[in-house]
Amino acid sequence: MSENKKWYSLDLGLNKKKGSSGSCGCGKAEGGCNSHKEELSAEEFYEAAINASIGEERHKDGFEQVFDVKMDRRTAFKKLTASLLIGAGAVSTSCSLTTSGDAKEKAQIDWEEQFKGNYKLMTDDEKKKTVDRLMRSYELRTGKNISMTAENAAEDVLFGYAFNISKCQGYMDCVSACVAENNQDRNSEMQYIRIHEMKDGEGFKFDKADDNYYHEVPAEGHFYMGTQCFHCDDPPCVDVCPVQATWKEEDGLVVIDYDWCIGCRYCMAACPYDGRRFNWSKPEVPENEVNKNQHYLGNRMRKKGVMEKCTFCVQRTRKGKNPACVEACPTGARIFGNLLDPNSSIRWVLENKKVFRLKEDLGTEPKFWYFMD
Amino acid sequence: MGQFKVLKSLVVDSLDTITKGSLKYHLWMGFLTIVILIGMYCYSIQLDEGLSVTGMNDRVSWGLYISNFTFLVGVAAAAVMLVMPTYILKDIDFKQAVLIGEGLAVAALIMCIAFVIADMGGPAVLWHMIPGIGVFNFPNSMLAWDVIVLNVYLFINISIPFYILFRHYQGKEAKKNVYLPGAILSVFWAVAIHLVTAFLYQGLQARPFWNNALLGPRFLASAFAAGPALIILVLAIIKRFTEFKVEEKTIKKIAMIVTVAAQINLIMLISELFKEFYAPTHHSESAYYLFFGLHGKTALLPWIWTAITLNVIATAMLTFNKLRNNLNVLYLCCIMLFVAIWIEKGFGLIVPGFIPGPYGKIVEYLPTGIEVGVTLGIWALGAFIFTILAKTAIGIELGKLRYKRK
Repeated sequence: MSENKKWYSLDLGLNKKKGSSGSCGCGKAEGGCNSHKEELSAEEFYEAAINASIGEERHKDGFEQVFDVKMDRRTAFKKLTASLLIGAGAVSTSCSLTTSGDAKEKAQIDWEEQFKGNYKLMTDDEKKKTVDRLMRSYELRTGKNISMTAENAAEDVLFGYAFNISKCQGYMDCVSACVAENNQDRNSEMQYIRIHEMKDGEGFKFDKADDNYYHEVPAEGHFYMGTQCFHCDDPPCVDVCPVQATWKEEDGLVVIDYDWCIGCRYCMAACPYDGRRFNWSKPEVPENEVNKNQHYLGNRMRKKGVMEKCTFCVQRTRKGKNPACVEACPTGARIFGNLLDPNSSIRWVLENKKVFRLKEDLGTEPKFWYFMD
Repeated sequence: MGQFKVLKSLVVDSLDTITKGSLKYHLWMGFLTIVILIGMYCYSIQLDEGLSVTGMNDRVSWGLYISNFTFLVGVAAAAVMLVMPTYILKDIDFKQAVLIGEGLAVAALIMCIAFVIADMGGPAVLWHMIPGIGVFNFPNSMLAWDVIVLNVYLFINISIPFYILFRHYQGKEAKKNVYLPGAILSVFWAVAIHLVTAFLYQGLQARPFWNNALLGPRFLASAFAAGPALIILVLAIIKRFTEFKVEEKTIKKIAMIVTVAAQINLIMLISELFKEFYAPTHHSESAYYLFFGLHGKTALLPWIWTAITLNVIATAMLTFNKLRNNLNVLYLCCIMLFVAIWIEKGFGLIVPGFIPGPYGKIVEYLPTGIEVGVTLGIWALGAFIFTILAKTAIGIELGKLRYKRK
């Protein structure tokens, strides 16, 4: 169990030791670490906690994955068409003799998309099928091709983020890059990142900060701090979702299956960090601005009435690139990397800077640290 | 086979009953139908354009719908206050009232479900929530718990009165050993639906205004005041407009329940106010916003002070036997209490939970016309359903509706 532990937390007595090699989970061979005995008890505690909290669910997930529900579901739903508007519409189109082949295919795709399962429980094959359908559907609708992947989390990767408060100047290039990269709704100007402008000498007064400024930056006597989804290790939003439409991936990303989300917004109420956004109306992106490199869990086009959020640009980071905000930042205030790689820059920051996180008392274990030069 | 024949005859007879009535009855039903249609039209706009037609936004993400849902769960739970003495304590007084109470619970639960569906972003994929074909996040999500307890409660409250009425329809007595276990279960279940609904909010560490151990108990106290208050008013109306006999003794006994619950509710309110304002912390900001306004934002002030004033006056009046035993005063108190708790447990509870936001941002919430339209439509739907249920039940209880063997 302890071998599977990927969670990196600071000073919580949970730092893990790989094997019994004598070097510590924090990457140092000696010094500053907790004693071995303490670590062991902490590991035992952690193991017990995992068994208590998600052990059963793991088992259940396995069962549900083995249990071939796909066909059953489909046949079952064919009997339920009457109450389902979209399904009924699709059927009438696909059964009609007068509609063209394309329209029929579109209706067929709509039908299968409407009644597909939860992405979290899909096999790789099923994931590929739905991605293919979505790409084909986009082609049928717009005549253009997109590339969408369903790349799974890599082994031994746990993503983390650090934010240098000293460096940020409030340029908001990260915000623009994020919107462009992640195909967010342009009408409502949805943004995952908020940059808070705070007064020098007053400390972190979020309630007095301005997160919607339109003036030249850096403004005299102010400092800047960005917030977004912190990809908590114990995310409250995941627990509350009634249909498991949101979950934590193996590499620590908290993601949403937009097609499984029912739009109840309970996760939004549960998030202490303002990390989640809702599509109050149909999201629209001008065709020439659409980012066509997409991931199923990331920046693919969303629909009306579903949640979305920062995914640390899953479509980029799973290909070894930095998230768009990190790449766009002109000051180098944003640092991203693999927490399990002792040579990564994020690990260097965590080991050499005085880092802190927001609202640590809530026990959500964000994987997003702040530090100052 | 015989049972089916009786059932068929019951359906035909009750359809006959609910479509016939006095002019007032027809006007009332016509009025409700119009309001329902307006609500449906508003909902169709919402379906078409999305929830952006409501006053909700990323900062205040639950509003009028969830407020009404929360309040109505309480009303539904209150049916138990009548079930308990009737079936378990064998207090005959309540027998007449209990069918009305359970009918009210059914109507309230259907309204609850309607409000939740109205609040959903994707009602077309609601099947994701059905256990078996969907994926249910049980036991982690309190919303999953809520779906289960509400539906089971709905089932209990439909089946018990149905059984009793079905027997009476045939001119037979209902068998105690059949309905009593269900009645006892429903007593516990009523507490469960309200507690689970409170836990829905109580369990969120992100919202200090809700993350408060008193929330659940206060939910129960206020529900057991508002629910029976509504039942008293409904009984008063039924007494006036039908031949159905409701004894004064029954109403006075329910009034006693209302009084005690309202008093407990008030004590808890004082405890809550003391905690928030004696040593205010950062977490008291929502309470400040609700009661005194924050940074010049005062949208909820008139509402909450109206609620508290009504609440205090009604509770004080009910406390005196002389006033309470005067039926007209009692009805007035019930109206005041009902309105006060609707405000307090509705958007007086839900909206301040989101204000200020996680980073202290204050965005005020005001429902839009469409939202109000849908809300009124759902209330009218509830009234419509209740009227139908009550009319049939009264017909059977008065012996007008009887199965005739041909």
